[in-house]
Amino acid sequence: MSVTLRMPAPFLDRDLYVRPIDAYIDPPVPRALAIITHGHADHARSGHGAVLATPDTIAIMKARYGEDSAGQFQPLEFDTPLQVDDVTITLKPAGHILGSAQVLLEHRGQRIVVTGDYKRLPDRTAQPFELTECDLLVTEATFGLPVFQHPDPLDEIGRLLRSAAAFPDRAHVIGCYALGKAQRVIALLRDAGYDAPIYLHGAMIRLCELYIARGIPLGVLKPTLGTSKTELAGQIVIAPPSAIKDRWSRRLPDPVLAVASGWMSVKQRARQSGVELPLVISDHADWNELRQTIAETKAGKVWVTHGREDALVYHCRQQGLEAEPLNIQAFEEGEEGEPDAQGELEE
Amino acid sequence: MRRFAQLMELLALTPSRNRKLEALTQYFAETPDPDRGFALAILTGALTFKNVKPAILRDVVLAEVDPHLFGLSYDYVGDLGETIALIWPHHGGTEPLPSLADLVELFNMTSKSELPRLIGSLLTRASINERWALVKFATGALRIGVNARLAKTALAAMSGKDLQEIEEVWNGLSVPYTDLFDWLSGKAERPDIDHTARFHPLMLSNPIDEGKDLEKLDPADFVAEWKWDGIRVQLIASKGRVSLFSRTGDDIAAAFPDVTESVFGDAVLDGELLVGAGFEPLPFNDLQQRLNRKVATAKHLADYPGFIRVYDMLFDGNEDIRALPWSERRQHLERWFEKNPQTRLDLSPVLSYRDWEDLSEIRRRGAAEQGHEGVMVKLRSAPYLPGRPKGFWYKWKRDPNVVDAILMYAQRGHGKRSSFYSDYTFGVWKGNEIVPIGKAYFGFTDEELKQLDKWVRNNTVASFGPVREVSKELVFEVAFDSAQQSGRHKSGIALRFPRISRIRWDKPASEAATLDEMQAFLTAS
Repeated sequence: MSVTLRMPAPFLDRDLYVRPIDAYIDPPVPRALAIITHGHADHARSGHGAVLATPDTIAIMKARYGEDSAGQFQPLEFDTPLQVDDVTITLKPAGHILGSAQVLLEHRGQRIVVTGDYKRLPDRTAQPFELTECDLLVTEATFGLPVFQHPDPLDEIGRLLRSAAAFPDRAHVIGCYALGKAQRVIALLRDAGYDAPIYLHGAMIRLCELYIARGIPLGVLKPTLGTSKTELAGQIVIAPPSAIKDRWSRRLPDPVLAVASGWMSVKQRARQSGVELPLVISDHADWNELRQTIAETKAGKVWVTHGREDALVYHCRQQGLEAEPLNIQAFEEGEEGEPDAQGELEE
Repeated sequence: MRRFAQLMELLALTPSRNRKLEALTQYFAETPDPDRGFALAILTGALTFKNVKPAILRDVVLAEVDPHLFGLSYDYVGDLGETIALIWPHHGGTEPLPSLADLVELFNMTSKSELPRLIGSLLTRASINERWALVKFATGALRIGVNARLAKTALAAMSGKDLQEIEEVWNGLSVPYTDLFDWLSGKAERPDIDHTARFHPLMLSNPIDEGKDLEKLDPADFVAEWKWDGIRVQLIASKGRVSLFSRTGDDIAAAFPDVTESVFGDAVLDGELLVGAGFEPLPFNDLQQRLNRKVATAKHLADYPGFIRVYDMLFDGNEDIRALPWSERRQHLERWFEKNPQTRLDLSPVLSYRDWEDLSEIRRRGAAEQGHEGVMVKLRSAPYLPGRPKGFWYKWKRDPNVVDAILMYAQRGHGKRSSFYSDYTFGVWKGNEIVPIGKAYFGFTDEELKQLDKWVRNNTVASFGPVREVSKELVFEVAFDSAQQSGRHKSGIALRFPRISRIRWDKPASEAATLDEMQAFLTAS
């Protein structure tokens, strides 16, 4: 049993309220001051008085919700400490999607890191994760079970390309969340040497353009709209998971249904949701990364949120750490929501 | 092993039967002996390992993974094999896994005490997909939607041989089927199999077309029997050994020891497996209690004693009589029964009738009064021919029952239909409430399917996961073979073979059937 350092009561509340400066991190309802880790809908909502976030995240929020979706947007570059009263706020790259940040809060010698969603595998569409030591770590736990051990994403792309070569008469349609996953999959395809045009469902176009405009090249992208069924044979199409099982997919020639998500590692689930080609490509830390990160931050206290809290809390306590689940209300719109739920989101 | 794991994954995830077939065909054509033979055995359930049990695998994993975390994971994944494959914490053997044949040998030869170590090292050496396939085949719980029939069909496609020929030799062969593959690839003659152990493909019937067939056929050339509502079996009794095969050649003897242990005499017989005491058949539901089980429990043997209603004979003793006409085979069969009195076999009686109209009336009354499914009509001069030859045997099913029911819920289909709401739950009135009585897939034209799909989307009142509840307005005419009492359904009624025969766009829901009216269908069946 290791010795637990006694730490003063945290200045962060369990609903991620930063008490000394009256600010919330990723609040689910409109607040006067919100610090936003990244642009996914379960973290970034419209209607806040003021938003503090990275420039990329602000660009994403404006693109998705409109220029006026917050009273005021204050950009903060990565690794640039911002002093607000006696709290220092620093945004550290989280590696999850473009602009995604961890929030480092320092106050009277106490260091708190809120990871937001993160991953540590290389991804050229997101600024790479930076490990940040702290006293209290608030970690996500989307894939917080030891069955989640993500494979090398390039191997998964290899499976996709082999399947595309094996079925030249069929379109391969990949179900991806429109923000982050879509661009990551496209970038991985390009890195694997795939240089044919990639076709996009309408819901994907705006965010892909945003990524390109912000310096992430994605190669030649074309809309599926207006492309004939014959032209789409043998091509790769990116669409939201809800569309691949809906009427939209009828325009594709005998499509192979693929979904890119960490959930796809469970074949039984992939099968139940009718996915023929599950691609285990995740933008979240897997079980091993979660544990590694917790250990490396040297945090004595861990709060676990967003996902399968039980197992990770249990693991931390086994390591002699103080650990609590936060049980923050979950919203079904999150990136990599359960496949069953996603399948039901309509066009 | 890598190639086999890829095949397993494709089979598990491809909903299309044709694509599974293509994949199997390609695999058998590309894979050398004896690996493909072992793969065939694994896929058809012919290979089990005495010592490799799920409990051993679990113990191997629990030595490496915290039991509490394993429990949480198992709860989440829901499948023991898949949980083990995903949770195994050690990776990175540089050595590839042994071939299938070597793996089978290892599993068979390794002692119980050494097995955990072997399994642990194999799991570490395996890639993630191989691990999944390895656990599945080691424990024999594949659940990938492949049956023996599909595998044999793939062998036929690979070799250009007839599926029936393959089925004929099938049960006389043993793993890894090298003689089978030698024959299929033209390297050797067809394996010679002792008939007493082998399955002989069955003669099947065609549905009668009342409008066309009857006027052309002379009733005097034919003979009729009841169409029994059990499962078709072939019984082979020879020198004290009795085998029992389903219509696809699966050996089901172990599940019906009460039948197989009480057969007297030698013969190959064709008949219907039924359950019930004193040769009084119970409903099909009761038979189902005993099907799909590897062995029968004492309670099942007592409550649902099995028997076979025999209607044809292929071998009398050792004599192959398949080339003889039905009338002569029947004489052989009747004499055999006289010589060999039976307690679990009886003869399917021949019905006498004057003409087709008379037989039609017998068929109608049999359905209404005794719940018979219909009649079989067989040409007296027909030899026993495998497959479904035209013009010899006909099935004349009773007219289906129909009921007007109201669409309640719709669910998306699979494969090609995954974007369509093509799976429907319907119900009837019970007072002012509508209670479900059954579920059926859509069986119509693409145009109608599109219309229905649109209607469902426009009339949804609630969604539960993949299921949509619709407003209770659309009436279906539902045809079904019979209705039975059921404690499992809220309505108390279960329909056999329900299918949607018409969409009644014209009919208001208020005119749909009531549960009281449904009671009339609960006849003698």
